[in-house]
Amino acid sequence: MENTLDLRGLSCPIPLIKTKQAMEKADCVQVILDETTPKENILKYARSQSFQTECEEVAGEYRITIRKV
Amino acid sequence: MSSICWILLTGLVFGLGAVLLVKFGNPGNYGYCAACQLRDIAGALGIHQVATLQYARPEIMGWIIGAFSLATVRGEFRPRGGSNPIIRFLLGMMMMLGALVFLGCPLRALLRLSAGDLNGITALFGFAGGIGAGIWFLQSGYNLGRSRVHDNSVRYLGYLPVIGAIVLLIGVAMQAPFLQFSLKGPGSQHAPWLISLVAGLAAGVLAAKTRMCLSGGVRDYLLVRDTYLLKIYGVMFVAALAANVYFGLFKIGFSNQPLAHSMHIWNFLGLFLVGLAATLAGGCPLRQLILSAEGNTDALVCVLGMLAGAGLAHGLNLAGSGAGVGAAGQIAVLVGIGLTAAIGFLFREKMVALKEAI
Repeated sequence: MENTLDLRGLSCPIPLIKTKQAMEKADCVQVILDETTPKENILKYARSQSFQTECEEVAGEYRITIRKV
Repeated sequence: MSSICWILLTGLVFGLGAVLLVKFGNPGNYGYCAACQLRDIAGALGIHQVATLQYARPEIMGWIIGAFSLATVRGEFRPRGGSNPIIRFLLGMMMMLGALVFLGCPLRALLRLSAGDLNGITALFGFAGGIGAGIWFLQSGYNLGRSRVHDNSVRYLGYLPVIGAIVLLIGVAMQAPFLQFSLKGPGSQHAPWLISLVAGLAAGVLAAKTRMCLSGGVRDYLLVRDTYLLKIYGVMFVAALAANVYFGLFKIGFSNQPLAHSMHIWNFLGLFLVGLAATLAGGCPLRQLILSAEGNTDALVCVLGMLAGAGLAHGLNLAGSGAGVGAAGQIAVLVGIGLTAAIGFLFREKMVALKEAI
């Protein structure tokens, strides 16, 4: 998918900041994470903005797709 | 359990637990403090030689064992690291330096305030200011790089914090000769070790479950207006305030507070340094301890930096005391802020456009 951010292994809150900056420029972004704390932070942020989210877990990693409604 | 239940439970355990620990023997407003209690552990290990500040505080061991246990049970113990450890060591040193100039980590600032010590307000404003400065660096592209899951023998380093905590705990329980114990002063004042351990275990499990982080609370609010962690601190403050009033420990004012001084500029700048360094390190002193217990070797290096910072602060007479902050401590805080800001500036990456992940 276009607009994919690989945010694995980055310290808190860099994944959130990068996701936020990406969503300011795009209508749909997918992020890849490998820790639960940034996953929860990003989902909270997306919900606070009323964005649509899909989150799938594969082998200990998370792919979150965020869409502006 | 719903998130509101976790907020209430965590706030109550930290707030009431902190005051009860004081009732059972800890020094005033010193139930929980990541910085001061690590400093006392550094003294017990001989990292500094201040005879009145030497006791391996079981509260910290409880945090580590509690967080490790929860991570293991939930399958979240995953040793990882490798994200610029030397810089994280330095940031740990800076966090400890700032905290010891103020005389407490941000957690203790809140607990001091709940007992009427108004110096906590000055410090918490400084802390918030430091977090704001840290966020500016983060938004400018500051990044220490990726950590990776350790898939070789390095992964065993992830167990070091819990092994160290158990060894120290046995040492305290048996009054082992490899540890030093203060005979007078704050280090000699402590709750019975088993009570301290239980209070630490409960707090450690809850801090890990809620991802509690003092800098994270302010940071999440400033970034996305998320108040989850701030609510925990609100409950903690109210619980500690009520307990302090009930036990007659509440005394409002700036002066003559336990283990405190009223040099406002240095209280502000001390926790400004902590807020800035914590934001660049990815978590406050408490959070670094919890992360290290969960197998994060970057956080472990940061904790080792804090222990070294305690040695530096007391070895060079930089730490504050009830009498205030000396010239050396004042210069050290300014140098620390400059150094930490330089790290924030130098480790900015070029902002990368959105691209296909590899």
